[in-house]
Amino acid sequence: MSGLDERSTELVSFEEALEKYDPAMGLEVHVELNTLTKMFCGCPTEFGAEPNTQVCPTCLGLPGAMPAVNRKAVESAIRIGLALNCDIAEWCRFARKNYFYPDMPKNFQTSQYDEPIAFDGFMDVTIEGADGEPETFRVEIERAHMEEDTGKTLHVGGATGRIHGADYSLVDYNRAGIPLIEIVTRPIMGARDRAPEIAKAYVTQLRQLIVALGVSDARMDQGSIRADVNLSLAPKGTGGLGTRTETKNVNSLRSVERAVRYEMRRHAAVLESGSSILQETRHWHEDTGVTTSGREKSDAEDYRYFPEPDLVPVAPSREWVEELRGTLPENPTQKRARLQAEWGFSDLEMRDTVGAGALLLIEETIAAGTTPQAARKWWLGEMARRANETGTEIDALGVTPTQVAQVQKLVDAGTLNDKLARQVFDGLLAGEGTPEEIVAARGLAIVSDDGALGAAVDNAIAANPDVADKIRDGKVAAAGALIGAVMKEMRGQADAGRVRELILEKLA
Amino acid sequence: MDWTRRSAAELVEALAAGEVTSVELTTAFLDRIAEVDGQVRAFLHVDAEGALATARASDERRAAGELLSDLDGVPIAVKDVLTTAGLPTTCGSKILEGWIPPYDATVVRKLKEAGLPILGKTNMDEFAMGSSTEHSAYGPTHNPWDLERIPGGSGGGSAAAVASFQAPLAIGTDTGGSIRQPGAVTGTVGVKPTYGGVSRYGLVALANSLDQAGPVTRTVLDSALLHELIGGHDPLDSTSIPTEMPSFVEAARVGAGKDLTGVKVGVITELRGEGWQPGVMARFDEAVELMVSAGAEVVEVSCPNFVHAMAAYYLILPAEASSNLAKFDAMRFGLRVLPEGVDAPSAEEVMRATRDAGFGDEVKRRIILGTYALSSGYYDAYYGQAQKVRTLIARDFEAAFAEVDVLVSPTAPTTAFKLGEKLDDPLAMYLNDLATIPANLAGTPGISVPSGLADEDGLPAGLQVLAPALADDRLYRVGAAVEALLEEKWGGAILDRAPELKGASA
Repeated sequence: MSGLDERSTELVSFEEALEKYDPAMGLEVHVELNTLTKMFCGCPTEFGAEPNTQVCPTCLGLPGAMPAVNRKAVESAIRIGLALNCDIAEWCRFARKNYFYPDMPKNFQTSQYDEPIAFDGFMDVTIEGADGEPETFRVEIERAHMEEDTGKTLHVGGATGRIHGADYSLVDYNRAGIPLIEIVTRPIMGARDRAPEIAKAYVTQLRQLIVALGVSDARMDQGSIRADVNLSLAPKGTGGLGTRTETKNVNSLRSVERAVRYEMRRHAAVLESGSSILQETRHWHEDTGVTTSGREKSDAEDYRYFPEPDLVPVAPSREWVEELRGTLPENPTQKRARLQAEWGFSDLEMRDTVGAGALLLIEETIAAGTTPQAARKWWLGEMARRANETGTEIDALGVTPTQVAQVQKLVDAGTLNDKLARQVFDGLLAGEGTPEEIVAARGLAIVSDDGALGAAVDNAIAANPDVADKIRDGKVAAAGALIGAVMKEMRGQADAGRVRELILEKLA
Repeated sequence: MDWTRRSAAELVEALAAGEVTSVELTTAFLDRIAEVDGQVRAFLHVDAEGALATARASDERRAAGELLSDLDGVPIAVKDVLTTAGLPTTCGSKILEGWIPPYDATVVRKLKEAGLPILGKTNMDEFAMGSSTEHSAYGPTHNPWDLERIPGGSGGGSAAAVASFQAPLAIGTDTGGSIRQPGAVTGTVGVKPTYGGVSRYGLVALANSLDQAGPVTRTVLDSALLHELIGGHDPLDSTSIPTEMPSFVEAARVGAGKDLTGVKVGVITELRGEGWQPGVMARFDEAVELMVSAGAEVVEVSCPNFVHAMAAYYLILPAEASSNLAKFDAMRFGLRVLPEGVDAPSAEEVMRATRDAGFGDEVKRRIILGTYALSSGYYDAYYGQAQKVRTLIARDFEAAFAEVDVLVSPTAPTTAFKLGEKLDDPLAMYLNDLATIPANLAGTPGISVPSGLADEDGLPAGLQVLAPALADDRLYRVGAAVEALLEEKWGGAILDRAPELKGASA
């Protein structure tokens, strides 16, 4: 052990860390595929089913049961590989990764080891350059390989939910055998102070790509996409790799950035104190923003890989690979340039859009019949604020692009103003029905009927004789105060333009 | 009429002619089991009730003219390494004592769909590790020819059940010879099909790349009938072969005509000579002479890499087995032993205590060997090297089959040895599979046919016929011819010379 308790170690500042060290990052992203059946058997993959209701002899690892590869999962793996500019193996195999863990039915995981389905690719990640202009950083992809997920354990009786102190443990094997693709980068060097930002941008863009491919729900909050962050520091300018740590459980885009930043500061602190970094797994804590030591990962860990003898090799024909290449979505960089031109967004607007993970949402909202500016206003203004308040991503809020477009149509038709529209969103989030139903049920429509408005205008004039006099004297700008009074009386539901006209008519 | 003495093909005819019902047949075999299995101990579990229910259903089908298969109504025994829904499956191990699988192996499903009453599950070396069935956690099976001797292994239970007329047919599994070697030492016919020819789904894996289920019977024709029934592609086993096989029954019927004109037979140089029992070699040489007399052209063929087969086998097998056996962790099925003197044992402690109590010595030995062979730093030197040898052996076969149609050798170097004789000498035990292992490494098919009785001990010896992958029909053609020629020479089936078991009525 280093003798340093990470909780009592004084972190050095980020800037100080960079003065002496160069970071090297490696990102491992697991993507749970949305195939209808599991990787090696015909069990359904639906999320949230009753424990152990989606299992069979194969995914339970019962004696005698055998795996058979899900062709759809291979197809998704190839499409991901192609989208990441990888070579697709002409011939590859599954291997057994042998280790003991209670949530793993066979006590080995069927995975790919030295023969991944996809390898040697890259992704160009767009970040904001020093001058505020978009800048591209190339992240090299070492491999994307197929494997099966494990089950889930639940430790009951302890205070912490951890195995220590628990009375007993329960295992749910519904998730065991769900297809996973693990995408591994080469060490990302030369990122320097941009390392945390690049890490976040990479995972964000990767997630967008996965969504665009339609191969996964890519929900970080449900674990269908999970990132592990490897980090090491080397003395500045040496170009080497230091001892690395692997931080697990990084379950939001924001946390990817925070975890890299934290580990850089912690590594620097440990190295500065004269100790050395332990090669270990670390756990990320979302609430406190720190990592803590998991199990030590030493050379003693030996997975005893060997080719899975129960499966024949996977040998995708070149015709099939080319056919799948034809199904790829547009290259994200080109797509972004095209959309920015189509939508007339400024560089800043576009960067904010991408940063918020709203590109696809805005695209769909426009497709549902709104203007680009209106779509951007709702997603980056209203939805981003709400997501921030509830600590989730904007696409996890539960409001769909179609609903946003419907609300905007009501605004365009003069039924709602922006303020009332926000109340419709409240209703949508509370599951009160469609925007029209919410307008009706909550009585939110703007009143432009002269009868109702006229009475309110009369009341306002009567209550504010001084203001009325000013307007009569030609100080038209003072009308704002009377409009405010009318709005107050009408609980915001008055058509402001018509109210102004009525005031000016009456005081002419 | 003693129906238990008839071949399955004869029983099919008797059923068809209405001379006997399936219930009568099944009852006869169950009675025979009750009578002699106390001495032989071929069965670990007998399912009289289930077998009779299947037999009754078969008789009803026959009355309605709706048979499911040629073998509908003919009883069978199944090696306890194949899962059977609702029937115990132990693999001869304490660690699976009391486990009742929720599903059928594909082979078992096919037997059920074909209407064969399953008499019970047969004894075996624990997890199929052994050549004598002495490594069963439930005690050894005895050779019906001499109860003080081993019945071969690991499928000694299936072979002994057939040899002692307790079942007309049985299913075995062959990883390094576990169908053929017990066949040789009990005077029965055993076939290891081409790898992938019969589904492995539900076969509790010993070494996945070597395991192959196949028939154990009294005659070559019976094996052909059973092989056609259990073979074929299975989507649940991705290593099973999707191509259509030639008719085995047809080949066996052709072979029974005793004409081997135009068949080129290669005698494997490396599988004879010093260390082989003279009586076994004498029967082998006679069988080869008979083949020549039937028109076969016999040449000597060298397979130089066969001498390394044993070493490669004993690296690949434990490596795969060590990984397969990891699932026996006391958590979800089978035995669970709590360590003594520990208040709140950890999962690891429970696993350790269970495995200590549940696995036998041979299993532990091979787990340790396999774990070592796969360890980082040793993989290339052991497992990787063994795989290279495997490729060389496959090339030996290819070169040989470019010259000849089939290869022949004695199936095992000796007749059955005494129980306990080699128990403390694992290496001597392993030598018994010398001649059978190359076919498993190469994935090619092989058959063992009784070749007669050795002069020095009067015990059965076997002749092994090997063919190229997917050419299993050649085994049946040549095997049936040799069987017919030998019957002529011996004046009847060799198995008929087996001594009547004590306490059994003649």
